[in-house]
Amino acid sequence: MTEHPLLIAEGLSKNYGARIGCRDVALEVYPGEVLAVVGESGSGKSTLLGLLSTELEPSAGRVSYRLRDGRLKDLSTLGAAEKRLLVRTDWGFVRQNPADGLRMAVSAGGNVGERLMAVGGRHYGNIRHEALDWLAKVEIAGDRIDDDPRAFSGGMRQRLQIARNLVTRPRLVFMDEPTGGLDVSVQARLLDLIRGLVAELGLAVIIVTHDLAVARLLSHRMVVMRHGRVIETGITDQVLDDPREPYTQLLVSSVLAA
Amino acid sequence: MNAHSVGTMPEITYNFAYLDEQTKRMIRRAILKAIAVPGYQVPFAAREMPMPYGWGTGGVQVTAAVLGPQDVLKVIDQGADDTTNAVAIRGFFEKTARVATTTSAVEATIIQTRHRVPETPLSENQILVYQVPIPEPLRFLEPRETETRQLHALAEYGLMHVKLYEDIARHGHIATTYAYPVEVAGRYVMDPSPIPKFDNPKLDDCPALQLFGAGREKRIYAIPPYTKVRSLDFEDHPFTVQRFAKPCALCAATGVYLDEVILDDKGGRMFVCSDTDYCNGRQAAGHRGEMAGEPPSSRPVRSAEPVSRDDGAPFSGDGPGLSRAMLSGMTIQGGDQP
Repeated sequence: MTEHPLLIAEGLSKNYGARIGCRDVALEVYPGEVLAVVGESGSGKSTLLGLLSTELEPSAGRVSYRLRDGRLKDLSTLGAAEKRLLVRTDWGFVRQNPADGLRMAVSAGGNVGERLMAVGGRHYGNIRHEALDWLAKVEIAGDRIDDDPRAFSGGMRQRLQIARNLVTRPRLVFMDEPTGGLDVSVQARLLDLIRGLVAELGLAVIIVTHDLAVARLLSHRMVVMRHGRVIETGITDQVLDDPREPYTQLLVSSVLAA
Repeated sequence: MNAHSVGTMPEITYNFAYLDEQTKRMIRRAILKAIAVPGYQVPFAAREMPMPYGWGTGGVQVTAAVLGPQDVLKVIDQGADDTTNAVAIRGFFEKTARVATTTSAVEATIIQTRHRVPETPLSENQILVYQVPIPEPLRFLEPRETETRQLHALAEYGLMHVKLYEDIARHGHIATTYAYPVEVAGRYVMDPSPIPKFDNPKLDDCPALQLFGAGREKRIYAIPPYTKVRSLDFEDHPFTVQRFAKPCALCAATGVYLDEVILDDKGGRMFVCSDTDYCNGRQAAGHRGEMAGEPPSSRPVRSAEPVSRDDGAPFSGDGPGLSRAMLSGMTIQGGDQP
């Protein structure tokens, strides 16, 4: 693994009128690293994810990304076409609500194949083969390939969303509460799956979650947010086992032990 | 204002070809832009026309803007010259522009059409005007207009292939049989209006200028003469057109698009040319199909909306089901014996 960061955020701020979405955030993500962004509701996690993935325009600061050719590029200088190409090949975005990340009226195979067709795949047999391959990787039975996601359970939809995003072998995946709304046993399997894929593919992941257990399981490093600011950052185990900030201590201590 | 409309004035007078000159100027500018950027949907300020949306308001406005007093106009409705839409629009321009009209695809200089391209090859001095209900080929895949415009601007047409993928996954073949998306001049993906995909190859390298007008959606687009038009497909599922097991029952033409006509309530049916002008021309030249000599009582009455085979499957193949169905129809025709 290289020591050059894949993504660098500097002085990132976002104001919604007079209210603060997030304030002066700086962070780095390295290839193959899972970074968890934790904090309570309204702490600016999702805003930060939106800024990093260029879905939101920052009020101040900038995000740079290392392209496949090794150049570090300020994302605000990318043209619309370049940005879209980046988003659909080099990045993935797994959303909390699968309906936002999937085409619900298109079959599972079509959902997985869409990115392949978007980058010029024009051979039906190959696309279908690849789709089957990916469905197997996310533990969806091959005979469900022609069913549309409306016929899928919540956990299956989430896994389908992951397959759809990973099919172009991205290097960076954004995840917004991927286990939200799933029951615990399904959550556990999904986390297992994500962990396996991340390790196998060497993905860098930025995962937003309010669930410290998810952060503990998946992430290497974590960032704790409060009132739009990053108040603590460090190795996941270190932050969770030995929190420095009073707020982090509160957060960690309020987790119910099963 | 317009020299052409001077003459013996009727009680009610219209400007030549109904629209005022400023409106025609605006539409012509849109048409010029559309020709300059083949396949690109140019917005234009469509006017209210004295007919409901969906009856060809876009096509009529384009025709009105390109029509001159020397032009000869033909109007096609689903291939026929004698159905409601064709008769009404022909009458409209006879009244408002007093141009000559014809049913002959050879004599016409401007052909306004709904859902068909004439079987007769077109020439350089002709303009084909299509009526378009929904100009956006991506509409049913991506409902947001802002997004579809982005997709066109960036030539991101993966979505179009998702639709074709879905067709193959569900039906085993590309089941889209009309409004089949095409790529124009290697750039824009375009909806060729709801013509059967049988007609798609006629768009390619066509000597005539092809204009598309959508009145409700307020869009004009164009294919200039001799432009490359390619129907989208997959490498392992190439584009094919419908084939028909039998020739036309009236003029024995093969390799043309046929309409199915129901003859009775016992399963009797016949297949005849959808292009009435072409069929009449062949019959006049002495070609006879197997049902051409029937007494008038058993001659089919062409309905305004012949049963469409746009949904695809059972009529276009040469499967045994088709032959049987047709044979039973013929038997009933032949003797009316049980």
